[in-house]
Amino acid sequence: METVLSLILIIITAIFVNNVVLAQFLGICPFLGVSKKVDTASGMGMAVTAVLVVATAVTYGIQKLVLDPYDLAYLQTIAFILVIAALVQMIEIILKKTMPALYQALGVFLPLITTNCCILGVAILVIQKDYNLLEGLIYAASTGIGFLLAMVLFAGLREQLDLVNVPKSFAGVPIALVTAGLLAMAFMGFSGVDGGLKILFGL
Amino acid sequence: MKVLLNGIIKENPTFVLLLGMCPTLGTTSSAINGMSMGLATMAVLIVSNLIISLIKKLVPDMVRIPSYIVVIASLVTVLQMLIKAYAPDVDKSLGLFIPLIVVNCIILGRAEAFAAKNNPLASIFDGIGIGIGFTIALTCLGAARELLGTGAIFGHTLWGESYGMLMFVLAPGAFLALGYLIVVFNKIFR
Amino acid sequence: MKKLESSLTNMLAVLTVIAVVAGSVLAYVNSVTAPQIEKIKADNLAAGIKAVMGSDQIQVAEPQEVDGFKAYAITDASAQSLGTAIETTENGFGGPLKVLVGFDTEGTILGYTVLEHAETPGLGAKAEEWFQDKIVGKNPGRCNFTVSKDGGEIDAITASTITSRAFLLAIQRAYDKLKESQDGQTGATQQVQN
Repeated sequence: METVLSLILIIITAIFVNNVVLAQFLGICPFLGVSKKVDTASGMGMAVTAVLVVATAVTYGIQKLVLDPYDLAYLQTIAFILVIAALVQMIEIILKKTMPALYQALGVFLPLITTNCCILGVAILVIQKDYNLLEGLIYAASTGIGFLLAMVLFAGLREQLDLVNVPKSFAGVPIALVTAGLLAMAFMGFSGVDGGLKILFGL
Repeated sequence: MKVLLNGIIKENPTFVLLLGMCPTLGTTSSAINGMSMGLATMAVLIVSNLIISLIKKLVPDMVRIPSYIVVIASLVTVLQMLIKAYAPDVDKSLGLFIPLIVVNCIILGRAEAFAAKNNPLASIFDGIGIGIGFTIALTCLGAARELLGTGAIFGHTLWGESYGMLMFVLAPGAFLALGYLIVVFNKIFR
Repeated sequence: MKKLESSLTNMLAVLTVIAVVAGSVLAYVNSVTAPQIEKIKADNLAAGIKAVMGSDQIQVAEPQEVDGFKAYAITDASAQSLGTAIETTENGFGGPLKVLVGFDTEGTILGYTVLEHAETPGLGAKAEEWFQDKIVGKNPGRCNFTVSKDGGEIDAITASTITSRAFLLAIQRAYDKLKESQDGQTGATQQVQN
């Protein structure tokens, strides 16, 4: 029971309280870059979620089976980034061969994901927070869902923004940033929820 | 000189190209943090530009990107270890964002767009120019947030202790402050 | 010089060379910096203990770990007990808040220092200075060791009640641990007296 509750806590914290984009500032580039339309934003969000889970599983294995036993922790950054880059390529090739429909939907976003810092960031955070494999995977998946949520909300707002008149120097990115600021402010409302839940669950 | 100024104003990585947004927003809760991040990135950028322009002829095109990533990741790891050993305070305040310099699009971007096509000397200057541009942007953003948020700058309190607009130090303020700074930059330089 | 062809042998050779060079550079830098990183950690802890005990002339015993608290028994040069320094962690506003606090043999606070925190800069992060004149010299067993908002005797940091609560709770729990271990030792004699 306690493990289930602690997993629920991880999920809620990762999606709402410590939202990867709006509170931790990871994955800002795609957040600003591909958020003009709701459907591309949700495609990107789903691709990131999928890669996050797979990448976390693989990097976790590498850390525990290779880096830790041989005392090579200092190779962490270099090993993780190479694994992520290779993994993204592999997923792209496999998707193309086996699930062309899904590839059509997500394919264009895959190459962009390598330089999305939320993948490397989450891989490192899972190790830093000392999660076990299950917790790490749940954390990665909920971080991805949090990313998806932020992307879709933000894209919805930006679609509306296209319809209004904006002062010339604000046009484009600045007004988008201000919007993102307001969205982040809304998410601040969740701060402290994790602490409350912790007491509620008796952890 | 032209290369230098290009990086600071015309191709300012933060205000114009909008690259490397994660550390820009994540580490600028105070002026000093922003500056440390800018300098750390600049150090990696200069050395990676130099190395990549030196080895550009030796690297076959198809393995170009993986080779660059390995070079950049090693440099970042070296920097991370040096910071941990000789500047532990910086390590504390920047935390996760030091290893994340690897995925800062500015560095791979400059390697591809400049260092892979130019001679080592020009590449160093490009690194310095872009690095200074990035550092200035981060310091400005950090200073603005620190000033608005806590009424201090570089840790020196300017007006009363009781002043505080918490929001600017927290997440939303990062987006807002950067948005308004870009507006100011656009007004002045375009 | 001509650019190398993208043939399989060339690609493999180049990648291998780069990987080997990168690996050996990292291994070298690691071997140089690792002792320094360890030293800084040890120095920080030693300086912290001296600061919280308010004295330079001390002997620090090997730490004893009890339920996540690390306790360092402190004696002076002539093995006379001066008190205990305890490392204690509580969840603050932005993450774990790790405090090192020094108690004398009575349980009165001699000093404290914040070892690690993730609190808001300019607000919760003020904890390092804020409580110096507010809790040093007090005994958590003899006063209401909570923030004034909760009916206690300590003023919270302005606009950082959560950090202040976590900070005081961390110290209170360190004190409870200290008392528990002291009672454990003296409990036997007390029973005889009864």
